Amino acid sequence: MILGQFIILGAALFSLGVYGVLTRRNAVLVLLSVELMLAAVNINFVAFDTYARDVTAGGQIFSLFVIAVGAAEVGIGLAIVLLIFRNRESANVDELDLMKL
Amino acid sequence: MNDWLTQAENWAFILIALPMVLGAWRSVTSRNVVHSVLFLVITLAASAALFLLLGAEFVAWSVVLVYIGAVIVLFLFGIMITRAPLGMETELSHSNQTKLGAALVSGALFALITVAVITGFGETEIVSNPTRTSEIGQSMFERFVIPFEVVSVVLLAALIGGIVLARRDPAEPGDSSSSLGGAQSAHVTAEGGEA
Repeated sequence: MILGQFIILGAALFSLGVYGVLTRRNAVLVLLSVELMLAAVNINFVAFDTYARDVTAGGQIFSLFVIAVGAAEVGIGLAIVLLIFRNRESANVDELDLMKL
Repeated sequence: MNDWLTQAENWAFILIALPMVLGAWRSVTSRNVVHSVLFLVITLAASAALFLLLGAEFVAWSVVLVYIGAVIVLFLFGIMITRAPLGMETELSHSNQTKLGAALVSGALFALITVAVITGFGETEIVSNPTRTSEIGQSMFERFVIPFEVVSVVLLAALIGGIVLARRDPAEPGDSSSSLGGAQSAHVTAEGGEA
């Protein structure tokens, strides 16, 4: 196995996540695309950890931290989406234009 | 390249990577919200398989437990509660113009990272060496104990924040906040009338 194949796969996943964030209208689906980007980050962490042969396994531990922060982010994100939906009756990110003149 | 294809690990990698990228692609383009979430399950399961291939067993099973077990259910819950359209829907994504711009941006990003990785690392070989869970635990509670505590504070903050944000306040008569709530709901109905 070469290192490049994992990094390029992570790059593909991250780019698809960016595409999803930019094109999706529903706020829940935007959060879902962010999760794709976090999965790509995890792949990079673990691949570089295997490459570096770190005795403290720092890459794997930080990917566990990414998983925890990702779970927290989804919880808060969905609470905010829920609040927006309650106030505006819609989860469409295009309609959230209160700050537009 | 021929040498690369003779290794069994690389065939396993291809078998994992193909459904992963396809699942991610369908997940960001699918016109059905629930399908989109279920395609994310394929991608996350493939990433767990990839971690197993790299010898990171604890991370792999954490992904299965936390992401596939909990986060996906949370997403489905969010979709149900915001009453997103459950059938096929054309208005789920932006117009073709925005899609073209987004495809350009993500394609350029992918090309940039690919070129950087190929010039930077070339054909650097890596050998998968299984990490035991006890090693991860030792290192997490010795070397990385401060980040671990910080993550626990982040989780606590997220827990409290989630409850505070999503809780529906009981309407108190004669309270100033209830009149504000009334104004807000009037605003919503006015907007609904416009639409």
